[in-house]
Amino acid sequence: MKSVAGLIAAVLLAAAAPARADVELTFYYPIAVGGPLTKVIDGYARQFEKENPGIKVNPIYAGNYDDARIKALAALKAGQSAPLSVLYSIDLYELIEQDVILPWDDVATSAEDKAWLKVFYPALMMNGIYKGKVYGIPYQRSTIVLYWNKDAFKEVGLDPEKPPANWNEMTQMATKLVKKDASGNVTRWGVMVPSTGYPYWMFQAFARQNGHDLMNKEGNRTNYAHPDVIAALDYWVSLGKKHKVMTEGTVEWGTLRQAFTEGKTAMMWHTTGNLTAVKDTAKFPFGVAMLPASKQRGSPTGGGNFYLFKKTTPEERKAALAFVKWMTTPERAADWSMATGYVATRPDAYETAKLKEYAKSFPQAVVARDQFKFATPELSTFQTGRVRKQLDDAIQASLTGQKTPAAALKAAQAEAERLLKPYR
Amino acid sequence: MRGRLLETGAAWLLALIWLGPLAYAFWAAFHPAHFATHFNLLAPLTLENFAKAWTYAPFPRHFLNTMILVTMILAAQLVLCTLAGYAFARFEFAGHNIAFGLVLVQLMIMPEVLIVENYRIMARLGLVDTILGIGLPYMASAFGTFLLRQTFKTVPRELEDAARVEGCSFLGVLWRVYVPLARPTYLAYGLVSVSYHWNNFLWPLVVTNSVQTRPLTVGLAIFGAPESGVDWAVISAGTLMAVAPLLVAFLLFQRQFMQSFMQAGIK
Amino acid sequence: MKHVYGWLLLTPAAILLVGFTHYPAAMTLFDSFFSTGTVVRPSRFVGLDNYAALADDPIFWQVLGNNFWFALGTIPSAIALAMVMALWVNEKLPARALVRMAYFTPTVLPMIAVANIWLFFYTPQIGLLDQFNALFGVASHNWLGDPDTVLGAVMLMVVWKEAGFFMIFYLAALQSLPPELEEAAKIEGASRWYFFRRVTFPLLMPTTLFVLVNATINSFKLVDHLFILTKGGPDNASSLLLYYIYQVAFSFFDTAYASTLTVVLLALLAGLAVLQFLLIERRVHYR
Repeated sequence: MKSVAGLIAAVLLAAAAPARADVELTFYYPIAVGGPLTKVIDGYARQFEKENPGIKVNPIYAGNYDDARIKALAALKAGQSAPLSVLYSIDLYELIEQDVILPWDDVATSAEDKAWLKVFYPALMMNGIYKGKVYGIPYQRSTIVLYWNKDAFKEVGLDPEKPPANWNEMTQMATKLVKKDASGNVTRWGVMVPSTGYPYWMFQAFARQNGHDLMNKEGNRTNYAHPDVIAALDYWVSLGKKHKVMTEGTVEWGTLRQAFTEGKTAMMWHTTGNLTAVKDTAKFPFGVAMLPASKQRGSPTGGGNFYLFKKTTPEERKAALAFVKWMTTPERAADWSMATGYVATRPDAYETAKLKEYAKSFPQAVVARDQFKFATPELSTFQTGRVRKQLDDAIQASLTGQKTPAAALKAAQAEAERLLKPYR
Repeated sequence: MRGRLLETGAAWLLALIWLGPLAYAFWAAFHPAHFATHFNLLAPLTLENFAKAWTYAPFPRHFLNTMILVTMILAAQLVLCTLAGYAFARFEFAGHNIAFGLVLVQLMIMPEVLIVENYRIMARLGLVDTILGIGLPYMASAFGTFLLRQTFKTVPRELEDAARVEGCSFLGVLWRVYVPLARPTYLAYGLVSVSYHWNNFLWPLVVTNSVQTRPLTVGLAIFGAPESGVDWAVISAGTLMAVAPLLVAFLLFQRQFMQSFMQAGIK
Repeated sequence: MKHVYGWLLLTPAAILLVGFTHYPAAMTLFDSFFSTGTVVRPSRFVGLDNYAALADDPIFWQVLGNNFWFALGTIPSAIALAMVMALWVNEKLPARALVRMAYFTPTVLPMIAVANIWLFFYTPQIGLLDQFNALFGVASHNWLGDPDTVLGAVMLMVVWKEAGFFMIFYLAALQSLPPELEEAAKIEGASRWYFFRRVTFPLLMPTTLFVLVNATINSFKLVDHLFILTKGGPDNASSLLLYYIYQVAFSFFDTAYASTLTVVLLALLAGLAVLQFLLIERRVHYR
């Protein structure tokens, strides 16, 4: 049955394929930040086609990161392949387990190509390497930064040029920044950290700042229940519950930017990917800073990498390599960073004239780069969907007061242990 | 008398509340982004949000996909359900009771419930990410079959017999006698089907991967997802564009719409 | 001859029905006894292991409970509201057509679009609901971020969406009632409430049952709004069974477990079908 249908499909495909030598590069990519980025990507694709006749690029916007992974894998399983895709950097183990991706080392064989694999920030490569081979080329990458409203700081007598450097300062400043109306209702919160969509990502920052990563390099062990990790969640929960500087319950990832630009919160933690959108809509001067420290500073990197799929012809692989190299040149990386607020993925991009110029007029743009020193890879394990959801649920349960952080994280850790045991 | 007045007031108030969300979407869509959260009667009007929404997402393509989808489904449904409804109404074939029971199963177990298996089937057929793949599970509609069977049963036998005497075949009778008499049912069913599939979301989300096949609802969900961080005003504009055709059709043909839903419900 | 023709006419529809309803339903049951295969570890027969995992899965029990409360919260209120709407719109109300249109409009809008708009309602502080409440000095509330209010907030939206749809069925039923009844009641001097309670309401019973069954099916198969509003959060507080199935199947890629969950959903729907058969078949005559 299967083979008959397959045969029919193959015949149909063969009949439908145009008789030309063009290589077609279909790739899926996600967007999780504001702005009309599909246009930017389409523009790149057209320009690349112009410069590289014989290769046709067909970018497909697939929604958020989860959608993109679901769609790319589904398409793959259904037999219609995209030679490459931008997918979540943390989908690495999932993709390896499904046995659908190739290391870039396999195609980047010339000396020049091998050198190219090493031009990116090491912090951004941590999510892309497995057993010594490079599977993910960093592309739309971000970290978490703190945005603050300078007018609000001025209003309550804080130095508008001095963001909080550690947790204590953040709590104190946030307490000052809370504004209430005559009847005691809060009209402006001190600080907000989003907890829908990607709660585990925000939490990685808290945990790292408190001295710990949440998983090991092999992706088969988690560290959700370490006392310092629990203390990190305690602190996050205390912002709402004890200090009353953040709304209790969960904070919506998607509407938070609007709340900040409307002046409803004086500080927010959010992805650098939102920088350009905030810049375009905020009607007040705002600053961008590294996240505050507890024992140390820290933020996970996030975002999407280019992956190369196994089901490809040698021509497609060659074309894919050409395209990805083209997309990650210093100039393009600089351009992409300015259009989106994503970080430029390689140091020499920050040496280009246009990004230098941009950084001079808009110094907020280079904060993320400076934070790379303290970066940690984004949470990624085998069975990543489930292992991550355990943590997400634990965080949300704690923030909403359903469970204590200790109980929630211990339960999540026990479940993650069960899921990951077979992978050791 | 006072009771009546109070009731009228309540009915109107409820109507206002019911229109509220849509009215808000209009407000947000026709004013600059800032006014999505600030209400001011003097706020300037603008069409910019529509222009933005139009360029942010491939709306024309989504419109086209949805049009193709609903037309294809409806056409197939009309043919398949007519034949099946006729079989059940006029042919006491062996096993027709069991067969009818098996058809009615779909009233309960609609294709959305079986997304996991149906997705596999589509993958095996090579129909993932095709408009045909979205439509196929819905084409043999138990509801349509049932509705037409009921209608055909009300057609007097004498009419059929007369046509037979004139030399009509089985299919000829169906085409000349039954179909014309069931016209109101077809209209009713057609409207219900079109509005259902215009708005359907879960199965199209599962089975489509690309702009070339995604219907409006899926495109709108991706475009308007909170994490895309698009302005409320632009999302509202996009939302209005997506619902406009059906909404306008509904406002124009209100009576037919409601009567169609009524008819479909009574049977 | 009639046997041949009957089956011939039925065949095209039957192939599609069997192919996309009966066959997948049977395969769902079959798959629930196997493990999910990956490239490294192929699928194998595991007996009732998936069901044991299901019994141990707290999220499953939570979404099942949510579905129960969701049904209980939306169905009776939507039905009651639908009945009131139908009664109002069936009377000589000023601007009746307009009111009727207002009630029915949500029905023609896609759930996705509706959820987009309602998300702006529920956003704390800048959302419409909080701004409205602020006029009366009510403190802002995190409607969708609080597990105690999130399901209620979602239910309110669903009631808004569905009441007008159910109203139509009541309207149809009301219009088919003989007008003499009401005239007779007027002559007798019966109050409107008395008339409704003793005459209209009982006569609407078949419609109520029909709507009840439809609303219950809807409460199991309508999860579109969750994709926009809450993604099932916080901590699964608003997740429903079908949404969880989607997550397990397409986000965790655990198709075997998703099939097991689907079996539960199918069993629930089958139970409904039996209930409907017992309740309605006697009152509404299909033939």
